[in-house]
Amino acid sequence: MTRTTAPRFNLYWFSSPQTFYPLAGKLVPWFAALAVILTLVGLYIAFLVAPTDATQGESYRIIFIHVPAAWMSMFLYVVMAFWAAVGLAFNTRLSSMMATAIAPTGALMTFLALWTGALWGRPTWGAYWVWDARLTSELILLFLYLGFIALQAAIDDPRRADKAGAVLAIIGVINVPIIYFSVKWWNTLHQGASVSVKGSSMATTMLVGMLIMALAYWMYAIAAVLIRVRTIILEREKRADWVRELVAKETLK
Amino acid sequence: MLNTFVQVIRRDLLLAVRQKADVLNTLFFFVVVVTIVPLGIGPEPNLLRSIAPGVVWVAALLAAILSLPRLFANDHADGTLEQMLLSAEPLTLIVLGKAVAHWLVTGLPLTVMSIVFGVAFDLGLEETFVMVVSLALGTPVLSLIGAVGAALTLGLRGGGVLTSLLVLPLYIPVLIFGSGAVGAAATSVSYSAYLLLLGAFLLFAIVLTPWLVGIALRISVE
Repeated sequence: MTRTTAPRFNLYWFSSPQTFYPLAGKLVPWFAALAVILTLVGLYIAFLVAPTDATQGESYRIIFIHVPAAWMSMFLYVVMAFWAAVGLAFNTRLSSMMATAIAPTGALMTFLALWTGALWGRPTWGAYWVWDARLTSELILLFLYLGFIALQAAIDDPRRADKAGAVLAIIGVINVPIIYFSVKWWNTLHQGASVSVKGSSMATTMLVGMLIMALAYWMYAIAAVLIRVRTIILEREKRADWVRELVAKETLK
Repeated sequence: MLNTFVQVIRRDLLLAVRQKADVLNTLFFFVVVVTIVPLGIGPEPNLLRSIAPGVVWVAALLAAILSLPRLFANDHADGTLEQMLLSAEPLTLIVLGKAVAHWLVTGLPLTVMSIVFGVAFDLGLEETFVMVVSLALGTPVLSLIGAVGAALTLGLRGGGVLTSLLVLPLYIPVLIFGSGAVGAAATSVSYSAYLLLLGAFLLFAIVLTPWLVGIALRISVE
């Protein structure tokens, strides 16, 4: 019989699907609530407090949606590849499940970044889409996410799906620095970064609004991934005793 | 070790010679795809000249994708692949040999054939030369990256379409710099940077992909 309470604080304790499942369940409402609050605050600053941009007018306000989505799309890919690599190297099932759970959220963020970018490009550049290095590499990122999802979906054996997906995810990481530096390496239409560690070239309220929105996206991503990973755990471990007991308890309620 | 490498290449070339149709079909596909483009968009010489590098490169990409399943599928079906995985010789070397053989029967004929298209699309001597060099540097990269995709999707249902879905995004840099080199030559800009980058891709791929293919094959066969 396995123990169901942690003896003391130990990160490895939660590396098993059985112990992680209830923890994730407890964390989800917190992250979801934070996501809602931060989104409301962020959007309030974005649309009501932040000043109108001197050159781009009101249309610049889409960056409050666009930039955090683009950040998350790259960041989530790296996190996904990290968990996939951990799963491949140490054969830990939960890490691979995390990678699988992150992929759809990452793809969603990438799509959102491309979509809002198109809507912003129309009034600013006069075109929904240009074949600029930043846009093209972001589009490739979407293809990489979709390829990862498609590969895992095509393989019936979950362990093989985990490992094959991991190899693909690791290869794709090469694309992330290309996206990030594309505006520097190729002098193209997409504007350079306004925010960096050294400081930012934006008005403070704009920056605060954007950072709050980025945090909101972050919280949303964590909540969504945790919900998804819980489902994956139940699906994969459906033959384990603890899942049967859990399901039996839930149905009795 | 070198002997293993040479033997793998010899074996795959011998198999290719015995099944000529497979090899010739890839080349024929390449020729047909390039040929239908002028029929589709009209015989305007200036337009054709400007799109020729892109058309030839996209056709080369598609031909490479089409020929990928042959890389491991037959060996997987008759059990040879398992013996290769069990072999005491380094797997990376065997994989590299297979990729080289694959390039010799697909990439190399395409590269040679592209000279004809240089003439057919009325490219200058220098542009044709750059196109041939860019294909000679780029098509081995296609074989090497493609080998990873073929190994990952080995024995899966719908493997062919899936392979192209995985591999095409990874082919994009090669495509951009390959056709970019010819485009630069056409506008009399220095094209050496493009070719140098293609050469860098090739070296990078030779070092990394055989190792990744080895991992992918072990995952697929275990």
